[in-house]
Amino acid sequence: MTGEVTLMKGNEAVALAAIRYGCDGYFGYPITPQSEVLETLEAEMPWETTGMVVLQAESEVAAINMVYGGAATGKAVMTSSSSPGISLKQEGISYIAAARLPALILNVMRGGPGLGTIQPSQADYFQATKGGGHGDYHLIVLAPSSVQEMVDFVALGFDLSFKYLTPAMILADGIVGQMMEKVVLPPQRPRRTDEEVKKQCPWAATGRTGLRKRNVVTSLEMEPALMEVNNHKLQAVYHEIEQNETRWEAVGVEDADYLIVAFGSVARICEKAREQAAKKGIKTGIFRPITLWPFPKEELLKAAQGKKGILVVELNAGQMIEDVRLAVHDSLPVEHFGRLGGIIPSPSEIVDALQEKLI
Amino acid sequence: MDIKDIIKEENKVYATPHLLEETDMHYCPGCSHGVVHKLVAEVLHEMGLTETTVGVSPVGCAVFAYNYIDVDWVEAAHGRAPAVATAVKRLWPDNTVFTYQGDGDMAAIGTAESIHAANRGENIVMIFVNNAIYGMTGGQMAPTTLIGQKTATTPYGRRVDLNGHPLEITELMKLLDGTCYVTRQAVHTPAAVRKTKAALKKAFQNSLEKKGTSVVEVVSTCNSGWKMSPEAANKWMAENMFAKYPLGDLKDI
Repeated sequence: MTGEVTLMKGNEAVALAAIRYGCDGYFGYPITPQSEVLETLEAEMPWETTGMVVLQAESEVAAINMVYGGAATGKAVMTSSSSPGISLKQEGISYIAAARLPALILNVMRGGPGLGTIQPSQADYFQATKGGGHGDYHLIVLAPSSVQEMVDFVALGFDLSFKYLTPAMILADGIVGQMMEKVVLPPQRPRRTDEEVKKQCPWAATGRTGLRKRNVVTSLEMEPALMEVNNHKLQAVYHEIEQNETRWEAVGVEDADYLIVAFGSVARICEKAREQAAKKGIKTGIFRPITLWPFPKEELLKAAQGKKGILVVELNAGQMIEDVRLAVHDSLPVEHFGRLGGIIPSPSEIVDALQEKLI
Repeated sequence: MDIKDIIKEENKVYATPHLLEETDMHYCPGCSHGVVHKLVAEVLHEMGLTETTVGVSPVGCAVFAYNYIDVDWVEAAHGRAPAVATAVKRLWPDNTVFTYQGDGDMAAIGTAESIHAANRGENIVMIFVNNAIYGMTGGQMAPTTLIGQKTATTPYGRRVDLNGHPLEITELMKLLDGTCYVTRQAVHTPAAVRKTKAALKKAFQNSLEKKGTSVVEVVSTCNSGWKMSPEAANKWMAENMFAKYPLGDLKDI
């Protein structure tokens, strides 16, 4: 099946990509619109082939703590959920970040706040990029705009997470999770052997073999001076990630008069809006942050040079626009267009908003 | 004769367990945790499980269990130890995995995780230290606090109309098809200590034989929280706690 083009939902693609990556364990709990991840994994029965563990937990809270436990033993483990479920996981995510563990978390966002709606949304941007749980920490946040990126970001998320010992989140929305697209899956990678895990993760709680001292995975430190040192170590890692791992995509930016900044599926709608605007003689370019944290600040500032204005389009009331404004300072007008509650804007609405707010 | 001639291996009738670390004791004098830690250290060493055991410590006084027993540890969030242990065991099925939990961890904030891990029959050992009070946070009411018992949050004694009933979670565990061994012990007398050690051995043996979840409750004292001398606390426990939490095996398959 390697290299073969198939048609599938984003959620299904994530499940298959996890198996292909050699993921060791998935722990989840059903919630719309992402339940196909768990369903697909249960149907594939990877424990019979690669040996991957798949478990439906009793709650999102239990699932993220299973991820914490699995990650503490050096295994490549993940969970997925949608907005209300991700809120439940925040304590566990904070523990994973604090204990410097690798893990992958998928949020297929739905409309909120509260129980909200099962329709698509991008209203968890703040939660994902500013921390989410308690304490000073960050996740590496990847925003896919296609089913192919859902697949690709499983491997990228795990790789970055192991490289920096920092949890990674794929921040998708209900559109990317539910829509079917052509996709090419990567070849099957073997899962690491237990010996390889021990070698790669000498800090892991795998059993105190031989002469090594015991490994204790914890985020607790009662001595304030040492706790500050732990925090400084975390901040140093985040600084390194900010230096090395920003990712973005720019379309038609050089010739444009106006920039549209959007992430995830909304950037796809904006591509159509860009075509419609061109017919009206309005030259726009699209800047799509792929890593929402670290946010591609310098790249956006560069792309904004000489432009007349920026329209930030999001499925929320204005969240990423704060990072856009921090990136470009007051060098040009920055306006927001958002639809809320699960409504997806049409391309012409976006063009209208551009004309109304900036021209 | 030099003292070293007397302290020879063959003359020893008692020694610090091999796996017990020399560390500053953070438990209060008279606390049951120290004895339970010692027993866990002895049992793991005697059963040859030193290199294959991962403990999961709770939030509460025993959060620092990892400072005492020389095996690998994962420190869990409050109540989540059974979920953490589930993954630790499933991803390394040849390892021996145990949780060490207090009453708040096991029977209040972590009730769901405890019940569901046991109901799935995870091949883990759950050690449950029940002293009927929250020790670490300063002596507040626990789910297992007795009716009439005074704590920081029941200063006039626990009342059913205000606080509900003491939760017998070990009795609940007995009902679950996933548990193979559910027992309630204590460590207030030498005989009780020996029985608890035997219970722990059986629980770890069950895990090796993949029989399911074993739950070992140890009815314990918190003399600081109870505001009693260690001796008075042992007496109060025997007179009051054992009536609600009677000792013995509840289930042994």
